[in-house]
Amino acid sequence: MRLFRLAFKNAFRHRFRALLTILAMAVALMAFGVLRTVVTAWNVGIDAAQADRLVTRQAVSFIFPLPLAYFDKVREIEGIESVTHSSWFGGIYIDRQNFFARFAIDAETFFEVYPEYMLTPEETENFKKQRNACVVGADIAKQYGFKIGDKITLEGDIYPGTWDFIVAGIYQPKFKSTDATAMVFHWHYLNERVAEDWPTRANLTGWLTAKIADGNRAAEISAQIDDLFRNSAAETKTETENEFARGFIASFGAIFGAMNFVSFTIVAIILLVVANTMLMAARERTREYAVLKTLGFSVGQISALILMESTILSIVGGTLGLGLIAPLIAGLAEAVPKAWFPIFQLEPITVFLLALAVVFIALAAAIFPIRRVARATIVEGIRFAG
Amino acid sequence: MPPAIQVTGLAKSYFRDGHEIPVLHNINLNVQQGDFLALMGPSGSGKSTLLNLIAGIDRPTRGEIVVEGAEIGRMSESQLARWRADNVGFIFQFYNLIPVLTAFDNVALPLLLTKLNKAERRKHVETALGIVGLADRMKHYPKQLSGGQEQRVAIARAIVSDPKILVADEPTGDLDRNSAAEILTIIKRLNSEFGKTVIMVTHDPHAAEAAQSVMHLDKGDLIGAAA
Repeated sequence: MRLFRLAFKNAFRHRFRALLTILAMAVALMAFGVLRTVVTAWNVGIDAAQADRLVTRQAVSFIFPLPLAYFDKVREIEGIESVTHSSWFGGIYIDRQNFFARFAIDAETFFEVYPEYMLTPEETENFKKQRNACVVGADIAKQYGFKIGDKITLEGDIYPGTWDFIVAGIYQPKFKSTDATAMVFHWHYLNERVAEDWPTRANLTGWLTAKIADGNRAAEISAQIDDLFRNSAAETKTETENEFARGFIASFGAIFGAMNFVSFTIVAIILLVVANTMLMAARERTREYAVLKTLGFSVGQISALILMESTILSIVGGTLGLGLIAPLIAGLAEAVPKAWFPIFQLEPITVFLLALAVVFIALAAAIFPIRRVARATIVEGIRFAG
Repeated sequence: MPPAIQVTGLAKSYFRDGHEIPVLHNINLNVQQGDFLALMGPSGSGKSTLLNLIAGIDRPTRGEIVVEGAEIGRMSESQLARWRADNVGFIFQFYNLIPVLTAFDNVALPLLLTKLNKAERRKHVETALGIVGLADRMKHYPKQLSGGQEQRVAIARAIVSDPKILVADEPTGDLDRNSAAEILTIIKRLNSEFGKTVIMVTHDPHAAEAAQSVMHLDKGDLIGAAA
């Protein structure tokens, strides 16, 4: 018999209590994992953002448009390879619940600037030549059953009215972090109708995206762009796509800050559950630990015994939690609309944090029982009545 | 031959809420190798405290305790733990076996602190359980044994590492008459046949009769000896 066997037997001495502790730990770790996955899924936009792409928007706010004329002016700046422009369309597809991003884009330049949205040459050709064509991401094509040639009808909200589109292509994401849940269509198709129905809103676009040759020149070129439009009616703010994504996400900072807080609070709760179990166990075994000391076991050896017991409970609970979290996240990824979280998966960093939480809990939960054992004298322990 | 245990000017006090509570005063005692000494006295007389001090599980306030040539009062906690493992076997009133371990594993516990290999440990445990007559109960858990059998397992645990000194605190205090007699027979045998120096605390004059000598404690003083 080795000390580990005694620790193992001790861990499961009260089977029901051990089971409840393990289940509490597994459930809490799963909750922690889901929350962390939501936070990382939300941040995926930052990961997908490119350092060599600049986004130019109105300095006042993202929601105010830019004159289309800016597009041509920005193209002339040295160091910029290509520029495209996009506008948020909004709209409703059948029901408000069917949410996915819809953009009016410049068909000639969009796929040059965003090569991670992959179309076949044939699809690109079809899209460019058809005025009311649209391209949809592979994920929403799968979700709504869109096929090439299908008609998609949107009910406009920002741009009221009924808008019909023909699916000319289904883009494939180049990277894991590429959003495959967007729908893009010709800005000209939008602008024609806007010019007729709301002439003051014509020839405007949401933002410009410029691909630069050298990412190290991002600050310099951004300043050049903004200088170009300084003191105009629509001053601009240009930043890298990465900074832009961070700024956008920061506007939801309170929500995700709260989620972060809750996820770490969960770890603290599990710690309290396991620590409580360990403290109860140590209290019940006060006399046994005193007997072990009498037999010649050192405080260090008894501490190791307690630490092993805490580790066994934490590892069993952690393994169960980790074992269940992968299918849980996979199930949630299926259940949650793709457009909410285009990439919803268990990231290595989440697994690492879970494993770290297990180790932390195992160590921290053993501290108080060890302290108790170290402080108690043998005589006090032997006389302990429980 | 020097005495196995030499106690000189021993005093022990406990401190509660800033007040000193004296338990033992100026105890002088010699126990020879192979002696079987019974310590008797009323509750609170300090007999268990004296036993604990001799066994190295408590610290004296004043005085000196030399056991087998070692001054145990000056040892550090870890040295004392090592010394206990090598020199003393302790028998408790309430057996104090680990309930999740079998009789075999309970007896094997002290051997985890030795360098013996698995086969050697098994041999030692089987021998110890054989001496107390429980070779056929090795796989039983404490709850599957009677009180007398549990105490016999506890004795096997106390002798498995072959210590020179056995200390027993009311070893028959929780047992019926027959079981108590069996336990006393085993302890006597360990003393006479295996040469263990035994110090036993007891309330029971009948149990004390098993010892070669009896000493009385009253209010912390060693008041006399009777052979």
